[in-house]
Amino acid sequence: MNFELTEERQMLQDGLRRFLRDTYTPALRAELTEAESGFSADVWNGLAEMGVIGALFSEDDGGFAGAGFDIALVFEELGRVGAVDPLLDTAILGGGLIAALGNDDQKQMIADTIAGTTQLAFAHSEPSSRYDMSRVETNATRDGDSHVLNGRKSVVVNAPAADHILVSARSSGDAAAKSGISLFLVPADAPAMSLRSYPLVSGGRAAEVLLEDVKLGADALIGPEGAAYDEITRIHARATLAISAEALGLMESIRELTTDYLKTRKQFGKPIGKFQALQHRMADVLIEIEQARSAVINLAGHVDEPTDIRDKHVSATKNLIGNVAKLVAEESIQMHGGIGMTDEYELGHLAKRLIMVDHRFGDAIHHLERFIALAVA
Amino acid sequence: MDLNYTDEQKAFRDEVRSFLAEKLPSRLSDKVKRGQTLTKADHEKWHAILNEKGWLAGNWPKKFGGAGWNAVERHIFEDEMTKASAPRILPFGLAMLGPVLQQFGSKEQQEHYLPRILNGDDWWCQGYSEPGAGSDLASVRTTAERNDDHYIVNGQKTWTTLGQHANMIFCLVRTSKEGKPQEGISFLLIDMDSPGIKVRPIILIDGEPEVNEVFFDDVKVPVENLVGEENKGWTYAKYLLTHERTNIAGVGFANAGLENLKRIARAEQASGRPLIENPHFAARIARLEIDLMAMSTTNLRVVSKAAAGQAPGAESSMLKIKGTIIRQEINALTRSAVGPYAMPFASEALEDGSNQQPVGPDYAASATAQYLNNRKLSIYGGSNEVQRTIISKAILEL
Repeated sequence: MNFELTEERQMLQDGLRRFLRDTYTPALRAELTEAESGFSADVWNGLAEMGVIGALFSEDDGGFAGAGFDIALVFEELGRVGAVDPLLDTAILGGGLIAALGNDDQKQMIADTIAGTTQLAFAHSEPSSRYDMSRVETNATRDGDSHVLNGRKSVVVNAPAADHILVSARSSGDAAAKSGISLFLVPADAPAMSLRSYPLVSGGRAAEVLLEDVKLGADALIGPEGAAYDEITRIHARATLAISAEALGLMESIRELTTDYLKTRKQFGKPIGKFQALQHRMADVLIEIEQARSAVINLAGHVDEPTDIRDKHVSATKNLIGNVAKLVAEESIQMHGGIGMTDEYELGHLAKRLIMVDHRFGDAIHHLERFIALAVA
Repeated sequence: MDLNYTDEQKAFRDEVRSFLAEKLPSRLSDKVKRGQTLTKADHEKWHAILNEKGWLAGNWPKKFGGAGWNAVERHIFEDEMTKASAPRILPFGLAMLGPVLQQFGSKEQQEHYLPRILNGDDWWCQGYSEPGAGSDLASVRTTAERNDDHYIVNGQKTWTTLGQHANMIFCLVRTSKEGKPQEGISFLLIDMDSPGIKVRPIILIDGEPEVNEVFFDDVKVPVENLVGEENKGWTYAKYLLTHERTNIAGVGFANAGLENLKRIARAEQASGRPLIENPHFAARIARLEIDLMAMSTTNLRVVSKAAAGQAPGAESSMLKIKGTIIRQEINALTRSAVGPYAMPFASEALEDGSNQQPVGPDYAASATAQYLNNRKLSIYGGSNEVQRTIISKAILEL
């Protein structure tokens, strides 16, 4: 048993923490609200140069790490500063799916992704799919050698900046069938694909993606036709790990901000942190964040295990993270009082980003139900 | 013990209901339903409609132009208002300042200001909190120095709700540094157009400029704008804060929020069936509804005591805490209900006159914004921590 980071990971963590701390200045935050892509190209290039994107891919795929603990480490650091850079969308989802299912030609794109020159997005969820991974109603029909896609994808994070969008579509089967789901690589400028782009509460941007007779060549198909579901689920597990670790980083920074505030804010002649009512609540917050840390470690250690073990941990972790995220965000705002309600103060962005974690890859209730089905019932 | 309204109360309820059906513009109730931001003109329009009927100031005695309703009648009115999705009556002039002037103001102040509140000539805002005086309100540092026939005011107020629309502000100011902090505070009425006043909006986490900072730099205020006696302002402020507030529990808002939540949960599909049929989600709704049913009756118990002339004291603290917890949980569950469509930042779609279609279903646009905005419920008007301290001192005598 050893909960220490390896030397390589320690170096990556130290370097990344320093880089992000120096980069995520108030000036950058102001710039980000104006950025058309939702993030900063300079920061992205910096991350690529440091090898942060490469750390999310295995050596076989051209990276140098890519294990659960590497994902956890990188995303916890991103969370600490409330980073909005789309590593999850471009590397974990987009790059991860190409690495899992792509042919050699398609895998060329991974090198560009690691180099920081390609942006990706994964268009999977649909207006009525909610968190149900197998519910895909966008359909793919054959027209000779080509494929024709029709449908609508919802809240596709990073789609506005993506060079290519990976689109899931149904080649056969019922709306919720696990078999029959195919994956396609669609260039952002594909005719007949249109985006309605908008900002997100958490920062960054997303789009509604409309596919109206989008005609694609045979080379756009990623992996075997109609059999992408298992890999989509596996990549979702890695994405859930990433967003859970990010939530952990957010929680840690929020806890630091709140503790500092309790020590400095004076009311009734003393720091409010001297009031036992607040001390005990802050102690509970700390306990729950430690629970969150252990839940992230649990998932990081099991994300490459066989499906049944992996998915049990996915749902356990995401359920716990969702519940703790709500507690930490709400308690920190409450203990700050009015200042915690303002957009200007750092807490606002961190708390919103933390709250929004529950709305991607399944919320606490979704994963409670899934955990019951997988592990309890 | 009888849980039903009397025949008279029922008749009053029906009267309110038909008035709202007839006079509440659907343009306004639609905005309230969608969680859109109401403009200054919207508020003024609705106040004018109520004033014409004589129902704008339900809590004021008839001699001051109010409706003179007792606590039960006010409860019925507020309940019907929220059911009909009417804009809330802005409290600053009507619920806050009005009763203070009626109790402690001079005859001249009453005759001048009270009709202007009813007619919408003045838009009041509240100058209580300061950067260093939040929960600890008695530590206000904005000073008012007497100089002949006027005061010179210097300092800063904050969290001034809708101060951007106001032409008048009532303030707690320090007129003496002698004795206990509470003993040197005065209650002053200040014209927002006075030279030396600056208003700076504060953007809240939902993206809205709902509150403001107000800065005072050598602002000249005539002495006749002092309410009551100098250095007695704390008594008036407390009167205002503990003045029986039948709506403090927000039962009407909670009921409306719960209905909205159920509507969304019926419309949302989760794994091929309506979300409301998901037992885990339904259990969360049920727990809230059960809590709300009991809280409504707690509220009515306090209301009917108040109607019988017993001013509620620490009971308002209890209602405030329970009411805000329930409302905030309804907001949180509503945010959960809309699923991934809680993620788009929909500020523009919620603005007045916006022709931008919301992303996702129409009910999704305001869910996150309202959740974030209503975190304020447990912070303002005496935070829930302060209310708990009041309960432990005043009821439990700990």
